[in-house]
Amino acid sequence: MSVKYENYLRMNKFPHYWCPGCGNGVVLKAFIQAVDELGWRNNDIGMVTGIGCSSRASGYVDFNTMHTIHGRALAVATGIKMSNPSKHVVVFAGDGDASAIGGNHLIHACRRNIDITLVIINNWIYGMTGGQYSPTTPTGTIATTMPYGNVDPDFDLASLTIGAGATFVARSSVAEPVILKNYIKKALTHKGFSVIDAFSNCHIQWGRKNKFGDPVKLVEHIKSVTVSAAKAKKMNAEELKNLFVTGVLYEDKDKKEYSESYFDMVKRARSQTKGGR
Amino acid sequence: MRYELRFSGVGGQGNMLAGMILAEAAIYFENKHASYVPTYTSQVRGGPTKADIIISDNKILYLEANSIDYFMAIHPRTYDMYKSDSKPGSIIVVDMHMVQVPDEDKKKFKVYELPIVETARNKVGNVITANIVSLGITARLTNIISPESLFKAIERRVPPKFLDLNEKAFEIGMSLVK
Amino acid sequence: MKRAVVANGNEMVVEGAIDAGCRFFAGYPITPSSEVAEGMARKLPKLGGVFLQMEDEIASIACAIGGSLGGEKTMTASSGPGISLKQEGVGLACIAEIPLVIINAMRGGPSTGLPTRIAQSDIMQARWGTHGDHPAVAVCPGSVAECYTETVRAFNIAEELRTPVYVLSDAFLAHLSTKVELPGKEELKIANRLRPTVKSEEYYPYDTRFGDVPPLADYFSGYRFHVTGLNHDKTGFPNIDPVLQESEEERLINKVLKRQETIGTYENYKLEDAQIVVVAYGSNASGAKEAVDAARESGIKVGLFRPITIWPFPSIPFQKVAASAKQIIVTEVNLGQIVYEIERIMLGGRAVTEIKNGNLIFDTRHPRSSAELSTVLQANGTPIRPNQILSQIKEVA
Repeated sequence: MSVKYENYLRMNKFPHYWCPGCGNGVVLKAFIQAVDELGWRNNDIGMVTGIGCSSRASGYVDFNTMHTIHGRALAVATGIKMSNPSKHVVVFAGDGDASAIGGNHLIHACRRNIDITLVIINNWIYGMTGGQYSPTTPTGTIATTMPYGNVDPDFDLASLTIGAGATFVARSSVAEPVILKNYIKKALTHKGFSVIDAFSNCHIQWGRKNKFGDPVKLVEHIKSVTVSAAKAKKMNAEELKNLFVTGVLYEDKDKKEYSESYFDMVKRARSQTKGGR
Repeated sequence: MRYELRFSGVGGQGNMLAGMILAEAAIYFENKHASYVPTYTSQVRGGPTKADIIISDNKILYLEANSIDYFMAIHPRTYDMYKSDSKPGSIIVVDMHMVQVPDEDKKKFKVYELPIVETARNKVGNVITANIVSLGITARLTNIISPESLFKAIERRVPPKFLDLNEKAFEIGMSLVK
Repeated sequence: MKRAVVANGNEMVVEGAIDAGCRFFAGYPITPSSEVAEGMARKLPKLGGVFLQMEDEIASIACAIGGSLGGEKTMTASSGPGISLKQEGVGLACIAEIPLVIINAMRGGPSTGLPTRIAQSDIMQARWGTHGDHPAVAVCPGSVAECYTETVRAFNIAEELRTPVYVLSDAFLAHLSTKVELPGKEELKIANRLRPTVKSEEYYPYDTRFGDVPPLADYFSGYRFHVTGLNHDKTGFPNIDPVLQESEEERLINKVLKRQETIGTYENYKLEDAQIVVVAYGSNASGAKEAVDAARESGIKVGLFRPITIWPFPSIPFQKVAASAKQIIVTEVNLGQIVYEIERIMLGGRAVTEIKNGNLIFDTRHPRSSAELSTVLQANGTPIRPNQILSQIKEVA
């Protein structure tokens, strides 16, 4: 089955803004395939983004879209979702946007378990602003603001969001686009806050400083630092050190979704009864 | 006629609620104009608080009390902090076990030193009613609001199951003024 | 039918918002505005509306912006440092032209300052707080009753102009309870944003064919469009063409400036024969009125000019008043903010009515003022008392 991408894209906005070989396009393509497989109508989808290379995604898709301010996409998306709880709301964000400047909004969106899908295009660097280190830049690697090697410990965004209460968390990468598409599809249909930690290549801003200036080499490198959950099961802690496990890492179908809890409370309030939980 | 009252103490004593009840009594049951302005700090319990109430027959333009006719202090800190706006010859009521009124103030103001908190604790039986004891005292010492109106305003604000207790506090408060 | 209630300023803001049609609130607890959030939390669920206490002030305004795009009339409320944090959201709402009401119960500052005490120190922040050139609308209730009527008006302006509007109350008004008379609900004028009527393929979110305030579609209503905080063209997509951006930036500001005579409300109090004009606003104006009354009793020809809309400042009516005044006394609960606007209007003798091709267009109907300017300012956390203003009136009389 072939996807008619032009049904989902604002074709007059192409060619896109991203560097040749950038992983952003791979993630966006996987997302569109997932939407297509689900048969969702463009009118019913909202995409909100913050600031950064990956955040330009909202300009290319023919949905109800908003390109907001740095870090605030999830907060804006919460407003859009709560005013239209029956619609699908998706946020695309980079690692810096989602977990540094937007870190507070991230953990609280997880905690609420609001039915929004967050796709983090995690390329370990601030690309648009010129290659400064982000919370996911691997320790020891070079960035313009860590010219002698990054001393900051890096975030594992899957562990962070699971810990904060997200009810669907999967990690994948641009090295396995079909699997990535399947996880995004699962995330979109999950009722609750879902997170895709999509490892992606920024060979320009991170790669060139760290001997991975070639996109193919960098994607190979991403493969070498990731291991599927199935394989990881057979490995010991020592072997898993410095590796990121991919797969559906967490799924909880029982925790109540936020807008549902909220509008249940509305029903209680309107019937005048006082209520605990 | 404009009459200004100030209830002061520390957070948790209920002085702000007493002030609100007084203003509501004037508005709801005596058809007067009244305003209530609370002042407090971020210290929820124990911080200095005051409630300024202005009662007037006419519309009140400026709503900050600055020429106080009746000042009540249930804590030494607020006595010192907030007495400066009291008019010469005006009424000052203090809790006698908490506030020591200097002799010069006794010459300048009509000072009543009463056992407010102790009365609430021992005679009414619940220290939390000290603010209602204060309202009883206020009803007796000022002619600005009738005791009936004030009690009706108390009824509006306290939970029904505590009404008897508060009625007792109000009456004992009134009887404290000889 | 008129309604009489006993309430404080924060409670009246809540009533005003509800009656204006606000069904979406996002906020964060902060003194002295918290009772606005508490009131909305009690009322909105009963009306089927949305109340959200967000993780911080930034998220609150961002969420309110999202709700507004979702089609609701939305509001956020804060004070002091919370308003500082909201500034990036204010800028987004300005450039993306998203209706929104922001309640600011002003308190002493800077920083944590005097959280429970009165100030009027955010006047210039309301004008220039967010970065970049932008429009500003701020209304300033002078009484508990006006906390209601001005909140209603703030929603109307926000909807009609597609722009964020501040309601600047203060710690004193916020907590002051008194008897208030409200207009009957049937007397209220309620405005709603213009929504598109064109076919979806002909819709652009910044299309000025229908006027300088383009119709705004609700998300998910079938009009799919893009919104960005970047400078953009009529389609809503980023654009850096200098010619277009100059006219778009000017349009944003002009949509407010050109309506200043309808938005810019004010009160003239005993000004007919006044040689001395006191300028005061917000809760501080009630003390100024009392001072004016007292001075009148001793035969001084003095009156009060009270801007109810602070931004756009009612410059044209003020010019008229200032032209015949000998003395102008500006009093505000800060160390000098609106006085600089007053000075600018007096010295220039001009109100700005428009920005055109990079030029300020001035109103020339009234002559320059030759009055002397003096001030009664205070920023110690307490209201300015009538006798402070009265002594200044007597000083210059």
